[in-house]
Amino acid sequence: MSQALVLVAHGSHLNPDSSTPTYEHADTIRATGAFEEVATGFWKEEPSLREVLRTVDSDEVYVVPLFISEGYFTEQVIPRELRLDGWDVEDWDSDGISADVATYEAADTGQTVHYCGPAGTHRSMTDVIVRRAETVTDDPSVGDGFGLAVVGHGTERNENSAKAIQYHADRVRERDRFEEVRDLYMDEDPEVDDLTDYFETEDVILVPLFVADGYHTEEDIPEDVGLTDDYREGYDVPATVDGHRVWYAGAVGTEPLLADVAVERAADAGADVGSAVTEVRESTQIAGTEADD
Amino acid sequence: MLDRQFEALVAAASEPDVPGGDDAAVESSSPDRQTSGVESSSPDGQTDGITFDGLRVVRTAAGFDFETPETTASGLDRAELRDHAADSPYVTNWYFWEWAVQAHDSPRRAFCRKLEGASDHTHDVPARYDALSDGLVTEWGQLRIEARLGDHGSRVYEVRHVADADADAAALDSHDDPLDARQIAKTDETGRYRPLKTAPSLARGWLFDDLDWRGVAQTVESFYPATVANWYREQRGELDVDHWRDTVTRMTGIYGVVRTWDRGEGYEHVNWVAEACCDDSQCLKRREWQYDDETDLDVDGGDGQFPCREPCSVVVTAARKWTRLEGEQPQTYEFELTPSEKEQLEAVIDAVADDRTDEIREADVDDGANRYRARFLRAKLFDDEGNLAGVPTNADD
Repeated sequence: MSQALVLVAHGSHLNPDSSTPTYEHADTIRATGAFEEVATGFWKEEPSLREVLRTVDSDEVYVVPLFISEGYFTEQVIPRELRLDGWDVEDWDSDGISADVATYEAADTGQTVHYCGPAGTHRSMTDVIVRRAETVTDDPSVGDGFGLAVVGHGTERNENSAKAIQYHADRVRERDRFEEVRDLYMDEDPEVDDLTDYFETEDVILVPLFVADGYHTEEDIPEDVGLTDDYREGYDVPATVDGHRVWYAGAVGTEPLLADVAVERAADAGADVGSAVTEVRESTQIAGTEADD
Repeated sequence: MLDRQFEALVAAASEPDVPGGDDAAVESSSPDRQTSGVESSSPDGQTDGITFDGLRVVRTAAGFDFETPETTASGLDRAELRDHAADSPYVTNWYFWEWAVQAHDSPRRAFCRKLEGASDHTHDVPARYDALSDGLVTEWGQLRIEARLGDHGSRVYEVRHVADADADAAALDSHDDPLDARQIAKTDETGRYRPLKTAPSLARGWLFDDLDWRGVAQTVESFYPATVANWYREQRGELDVDHWRDTVTRMTGIYGVVRTWDRGEGYEHVNWVAEACCDDSQCLKRREWQYDDETDLDVDGGDGQFPCREPCSVVVTAARKWTRLEGEQPQTYEFELTPSEKEQLEAVIDAVADDRTDEIREADVDDGANRYRARFLRAKLFDDEGNLAGVPTNADD
C-alpha cells in the first residue's frame, strides 16, 4: 500500500515567497524516499486544498498542516476543503495544543486521509526554534549570555494561538540553555513592541513563530521592535535596540529542520517513515551541530 | 526486443502458471501482478494471457498463441514466439505500458497515453510508433509537450513553451528536475508574481528535454496543478463540478460574506465575475461551473483543454471585494466632459482591463490611454483632493 505525504499551507496571492518554505520542506522529505509521493496544497495557491488529494495516487495520505496553532484553518477550512467525511474536531481530542491525528475518508477521492495536527504544536517544533537561533547567530552552541524571545501572532479570538507559543517557550526554558526565554505577541500582552523591557541579557534572539516570511515578519515586527524605522530599508543582524543586540531570525518556518516536524507528525500518525527522521535531521543541520534531542 | 522484455512477455502470457517455473525470476521483478491484467486462468489450463493495444499473447496447452492486427500464429514454442515477438512494436509497446508503467488507475498514466493518441485510438501501434519517431506534439495550456520513442519502446518526453516551438534547444534553459517548473511558473516574463498558475502569462525560454512518463506528468502538474487529475475525471464523466452557489455557500470567515451578494434577483453579477476573471484571456482553464446546477451563466466558459471545476481562490477573493463594493447605493454625480474626454475614460478602463498599458507607445497621443493623455486629463479635471471635476465622492465632504 503506497503512502503519500501532503503538506498544506496558507499560500498567498500577493507574496511570491509564501509558498517557498513549503516547497523546500516537501523537497527535503521527498529526498528521503520515505513516501511514494510528497505533494503540497494551499488555501490561496495551487493546487488548492480542494484539489490537492487528487494529485497523488496513493490510497493512504498523511496530511500535515504547516500552521502554527490549532484554530480556524486547521479545524474548519482544511478539513472542509479536503472533504474529510465526518470530520469532527472532537476526534482530535485536543487541549488546544495536543492534536495528533484523526483519520477519515476523503469524500471525493475515497483516499484514507490521516489528518495530523499542525506542525507548530508538535514537540519537535521546539528543536526548530532552537535551530533557528543557531542559524541566525551562526553558532551551533549559542545559549550562554543570550536571551531568546519566541514571538507569536497571538489573538484574543483564539486562545490556542498563544498556547502554542507558550508551550515552546516553556520547553526551551526547561532546557536551561539560554539565559532567559520569553513568549511575546503581536496582538496581545506581553507585546513584542516592548521586547527589550523583558530581557536583562545584552544579546536577544527573536524567533517569530510564523510558517513563512511575509507582512508580519518582514514589515510589522522589524518596525515594532525598532530594528528599523522603515522595513524597506532593511535592518542589521544583530541590530542595536535600546542597548541590546537583537538577532532577528525571521520566520521559523523557513528553517530547513521544519521538514523533520512534518515527518514526525506523519510517523506519529502511523506512517512508515523508515529512517527519514534521522535523514532529515542530518541533512538540515548547520555545520558543527548535532541533532537536538 | 531485450531478453527481459521477452521473459516478461512469456511470464505475462503464462500467468498464473509462472510461480515456480522458469520465469519465476521475471515474475518477481514485476512490481504489481494484479495490474498486469493477467491474473486469472480458466480451468482447462488456458490463461487469460495478454490483451493490449492490438496484441494478444496467450499460453495454451498447445503452446503460445501470438496475434496482432497483422499476424496470427498459434501453437508456438518459445523460440517461435521469440521470432514473432522480436521486431514487433506491439510487444515493446505492451512492455512499456503494462510492465514498466502500469499505474492503471492513475490520471498520470492516462495523460501519457493521451500524449501519443492511445487513449482515443487515434493511432494503432505501428502508426503510433511512426508518429512517435517523428515526435507527437500535444499543447496543454501554454505547454508544448512532445512524446518521442526511446530505446526499446520506452518513451521520452520534452516540454517547452508553445511560443518556443521553433526555438533552438540550445538557446533555451535546460532543466531535468520536473519540480523546477514551480519556480518558472512563479513569475511572468517581467518578473511579476503569478498568483494564478493557469493565467496565460507563462514565461518562455526554458526546456525539459529528457523526461520519463512520471517526469512529464509531474512537470505538467507543476506548471498547471491538478489539471491532469481533473482532465482525467472529466474523461471518465466524473468531474465533480461545484457551481458558484455551492462554493460561496461553503465559504466561512471573511469569505462568508460573498453569499450575501446573491439576493435571489438573478445572476448577472456572476456573469460579470466570470467575464472579468475566467475569460480565456485571463485563465486557460475551461470554466465548467455555472451559477447553480440549474442555471448556466451567459458568458462563454472558454476553450481550454482542462476544466475548471469551481470558482478558484482568486475569484472568491475578488468576489469578496465586489460584494462589499456592490453593496453601495448608486448616486447621481454631475460632471462636464467633452465627448473626447468621455471616450478617453473608456479607453483608459479598456487599456487596464486588457493589460495593454505597457504596449502603448510613449508618444502615441492618439491613444486615449497614453500616459501623457491621462496626465493631461488629470491636470485639467482633478482638484487638489483628486476629485474628478472637483465633485466630492460623498456629498457631505
